[in-house]
Amino acid sequence: MNTIPAEYYLILSAILFSLGILGVLLRRNALVVFMSLELMFNAGNLAFITFARMYQTISAQVVVFFVMTVAAAEVAIGLALMVEIFRTKRSIDIDQMNSLKG
Amino acid sequence: MNYSLLILTFFPLIGLPILLFLREEQKNAIRWSALLVSLVTFGLSLWVLSRFQPEAGLQMQIDLPWLNIAGIRVSFQMGIDGLSILLVLLTAFLTPLAILSTWESVTEQVKGFMMFFLMLETGMLGVFLAQDLVLFYIFWEFTLIPMYFLIGIWGGARRIYAAVKFFLFTMAGSVLMLLAILYLGLAGKSFSLSELATNRAMFANAQTWLFLAFAAAFAIKVPVWPLHTWLPDAHVEAPTAGSVILAGVLLKMGTYGFLRFNLPLFPQAALSFAPAMAVLAVIGILYGAIVSYQQKDVKKLVAYSSVSHLGFVMLGIFALTPRSLSGSILQMINHGLSTGALFLIVGMLYDRRHTREMSAYGGIWKVVPVLGALMLVVTLSSAGLPGLNGFVGEFTILMGSFASPVLNSPWFAGVATLGVVLAAVYLLVMFEKVFLGPLTHEENRTLKEITPREVVVLLPILILIGWIGLSPNFFFNLISPSVHQLTALLQAAAVAVR
Amino acid sequence: MPIFSLVPWVVLIPVIGLSINLLLGRRLGEAFSGALATLAAGGSFVVAVLLAVGLSRDPHPVVVPFVDWITLGDFSARWAFRVDTLSVTMMLVVAGIGTLIHLYAIGYMHADVHHQGDPGRFTRFFVYLNLFIAAMMILVSADNFLMLFVGWEGVGLCSYLLIGFWFEKGKDGIANARAAKKAFIVNRIGDFGLLIALFLMVANFGSLDFSVVFEKAPALAAAAPGVLLAMTLFMLLGVTGKSAQIPLYVWLPDAMAGPTPVSALIHAATMVTAGVYLIIRSTPLFVLAPVAQATVTWVGALTAFFAATIALGQFDIKKVLAYSTISQLGFMVAAAGMGASVAAMFHLITHAFFKALLFLAAGSVILGMEKGHERAHQFDESGHKSAGFDPQDMRNMGGLRDRMPTTYWVYLIGALALSGIPPLAGFFSKDEILHAADQYHNLVFWILLLTAFLTALYMGRQLILVFGGTVRTRAAGASTENGAIILLPLILLAILTVLGGLINFPGLWTLDHWLEHTLEGLPPAVFSPLTALISVLIALGGLGTAYLVYLVTGQVIESNSPDPLERLGFLWKGIAARWKVDELYEAIIVRPYQRLAHFLASPIDQGLIDGISAGLAWLMQFFAELLRRLQNGFVRSYALVVLFGVVAILTYVVLVR
Repeated sequence: MNTIPAEYYLILSAILFSLGILGVLLRRNALVVFMSLELMFNAGNLAFITFARMYQTISAQVVVFFVMTVAAAEVAIGLALMVEIFRTKRSIDIDQMNSLKG
Repeated sequence: MNYSLLILTFFPLIGLPILLFLREEQKNAIRWSALLVSLVTFGLSLWVLSRFQPEAGLQMQIDLPWLNIAGIRVSFQMGIDGLSILLVLLTAFLTPLAILSTWESVTEQVKGFMMFFLMLETGMLGVFLAQDLVLFYIFWEFTLIPMYFLIGIWGGARRIYAAVKFFLFTMAGSVLMLLAILYLGLAGKSFSLSELATNRAMFANAQTWLFLAFAAAFAIKVPVWPLHTWLPDAHVEAPTAGSVILAGVLLKMGTYGFLRFNLPLFPQAALSFAPAMAVLAVIGILYGAIVSYQQKDVKKLVAYSSVSHLGFVMLGIFALTPRSLSGSILQMINHGLSTGALFLIVGMLYDRRHTREMSAYGGIWKVVPVLGALMLVVTLSSAGLPGLNGFVGEFTILMGSFASPVLNSPWFAGVATLGVVLAAVYLLVMFEKVFLGPLTHEENRTLKEITPREVVVLLPILILIGWIGLSPNFFFNLISPSVHQLTALLQAAAVAVR
Repeated sequence: MPIFSLVPWVVLIPVIGLSINLLLGRRLGEAFSGALATLAAGGSFVVAVLLAVGLSRDPHPVVVPFVDWITLGDFSARWAFRVDTLSVTMMLVVAGIGTLIHLYAIGYMHADVHHQGDPGRFTRFFVYLNLFIAAMMILVSADNFLMLFVGWEGVGLCSYLLIGFWFEKGKDGIANARAAKKAFIVNRIGDFGLLIALFLMVANFGSLDFSVVFEKAPALAAAAPGVLLAMTLFMLLGVTGKSAQIPLYVWLPDAMAGPTPVSALIHAATMVTAGVYLIIRSTPLFVLAPVAQATVTWVGALTAFFAATIALGQFDIKKVLAYSTISQLGFMVAAAGMGASVAAMFHLITHAFFKALLFLAAGSVILGMEKGHERAHQFDESGHKSAGFDPQDMRNMGGLRDRMPTTYWVYLIGALALSGIPPLAGFFSKDEILHAADQYHNLVFWILLLTAFLTALYMGRQLILVFGGTVRTRAAGASTENGAIILLPLILLAILTVLGGLINFPGLWTLDHWLEHTLEGLPPAVFSPLTALISVLIALGGLGTAYLVYLVTGQVIESNSPDPLERLGFLWKGIAARWKVDELYEAIIVRPYQRLAHFLASPIDQGLIDGISAGLAWLMQFFAELLRRLQNGFVRSYALVVLFGVVAILTYVVLVR
């Protein structure tokens, strides 16, 4: 049975990661930035799964679970912050969130 | 395992939960409970003294396993010997007096003040008792925090500047000490002072740098000329009780550090640096005395006089003779008592007139005869009048340094003796400007005479001033055996060099 | 001898006296304070007499240890008392004169505190006075140099306290306090010398006990004569401070700011002789260093002459006596330097008698003048309280002989004794010194002889200005004799002054025989009729000159008329301005020190040293300012930087390694 080569997964993961980076760097809407971050997480997760498969090891899969939990927590806090910021600033444009600059 | 030192060190912290349960408005309850806790701590220190055997060296040791840093054991190790017993007693003695002196001068945020004060006491006791380098470092740094807040919150007009300056100066030195401690731990495979002292060979090649790193931390604390500029600012801005503890105890942490760490750990380096340190000490003696003469603020004058007085202590330490070392330890106590009392009296005047400018006083001895007489005694003790404590310390230091084989020249002590003359100059000028002459300010005519509470604050110090001056042997007997151990060690090191 | 164990009481009795006065004195009142203090001083005297009786039976020196003081390894200094003929002689003088002056002070201070307007300070005076007796006793009874030093500085403290007793009075209200400070500091400079001498002793002898030091001194003199010379010269510096010799004598004239009993007790009879006592006590050291002995002699002789010239040009009745004291101390120091210890001690004792007498009599004159001044201006129509009036200025006096006859007679006795007229005490003691100087060095002899002439001259001048001639002010005219409590001590001291010569009467040599138990190797006592004759002629010449100048050829008629000696021209200007020594010290020591202090405190300390730390702080701020720009607050640019960082690290890992 022909399986899809592992490299394909890795390339997909790299593409997804790069998209995520671009999203973080280029978009100004905080929600979109969050989504891009999630994309990067999941690109990373995909790479982990791939390696787990390649080297027949379980630990990489465990890491993925950790990443997912942390990501969930991060989103929860991040969205809560967003809501608070939106309430005060009436905007979630991250370029306006610079009042703590040096 | 002997827990007495552990109890002594941490007893002041018992006061914290008690204070937390009191409301901020219950000011007197807060004051009394803080005083009570510190008095019990003093009692505990006397109990330690009663079981102290001078000949036994390091004793009442406690050694609890604590941490592992890179496989090297850090233990909770404490002990007491002749080098530290008097300083422990001084700390426990001055703290209740300092607390009692705040009755009328600290009226805002009393609870916070007292909590910081008790924390400070634990920190200081820990510094003098710790026998493990990491533990020592933690206590050393810990004393910074309460003092920082005591100056920064309850201080004078420029308190923030002074507090930050105090913090940064001390911190700059202790960072170097931390590096040296880590190096010692890695090279000597231990953080325990006694183990390191026996395994000196393992870091002997680096001891010049290690000596300097430790010396940096201690010299700033003492302060050795020219690292003293934080001191006048800190003293002037600190509240009275803070100044008393700062001058009385915190500065001694520096000189104590030299005795406890620099000499036994790096004896060869100590021998080779001794003349240089003695030169700095002598410069400090003269410089502090001359600059004091020029001050207009009483507290600043006393602060610079501390530079001068601690120069004597440093000279005694680095003359490295048994006599001068014993004199130095006693002089630490003397300075704590006389300068502490000077600050207390200045604080009393400040409470009455809210100024420390000498020009705002003049001729007030006529109005406050008892306060003036007490001030005169304290001033003379600071000036080293025979029969009072300062003379015994200065005389033994100078006598020891004069014939020191390490310094090998009578010039150090000879020039330092000029400091005794200059001390009389600035102290008498101060006394004249504040207490003698005609009453030049109308508002001084109604100055309040010393209150019974203030007498209670000063009397114990005065008793000790007389006791040490007339019969210091009780104190020397506590110190001497440990000093002899230390000098024997240095002697061996000197032989090893040859 | 068991009686010697009493010796600690010479110190303890005054201490007890002052403690009681300190605690209860103010509540129990003047009479109690004065009586208690006088009894305490008298108690000391009784103990000293008992010791002397004991010594007369068994004159060997005894050491009475009291308690340990400083024990450090092999160094130890005890509180231990030495009972020998020398120390007991000093005790007798100190306690004896001290008691009389306590008695006098009861009357004097009663008037003084009311005159100065602070009666509450009466007790304090007697506390200080008792403290002085205690400290002086420690000084003279010490068995080691360290305990001696305690007394040495202790009496200095008492001197400070008593000169500044009226610390809010004097010129501008501060002069008395300044004089006190000056005395203490100048003495401290001397004490510096003494301290160094002590350190040299510890370093070379390992002990400060008299017996050990004197025993080991010859070995040191053989091995390192330079060290012994340094030791004795540093000791001399201490002596010049305490005994007011050149170059440190400047404090003593100012010290006259203290109440008159203080001037008599401390600044004439006892404390200032401590330096002489120190040299005599340390004779075993000085004889081993001939250069030091010569220096001592010359310092003494020159001081004697120099101070005598100044005394001639003073108008303040106490200032004349002060310079005279310096001059007479010069005689003693010179004698001690020449090795004529007994002559020095003899003069010390007789001087204590007649100088205390003169000061107390001067105090009596001042009291009389003050009272006269008050009386004269009580009925003043204009009601002005002439504030500028100085009751101590001799130009304001004149003709007091008839108004204060007793004071006049005792003053006359004292002045003649000081001038060296036989058979008064001063004649014998000064004659012994002159004889020793004649043996020692011609020039010293002539200097001292010239000084003796000047002494007679200024004492004659003073007698005439104060008691003779015409009444020059209304205050002098209205002055009256003082009461018995003032006069009784004067009469007692006058009797001592008349009979004092018997202490070492030629042929009997009582003092010589008494002291030879303590001082070894004394030269034999000789009475030289020729020297005696010369000195009497010189003294008469001095008094005669004074008579010629102040009564015959010129007379001070008005309080502002010029002094007849102004004819001396620039010499008069010099002595009247005290040779400007104070100004010289001000210019070469005090002002440079102030400038140095100012320089160190401002440009160096606050500028340079504090500047370095401030500069470091500024540097940190500067860099922080630069780096701050990087933190622009845009999340996306941070992310970009992170990206670059990751890329850079990866490039490094992949390509370089």
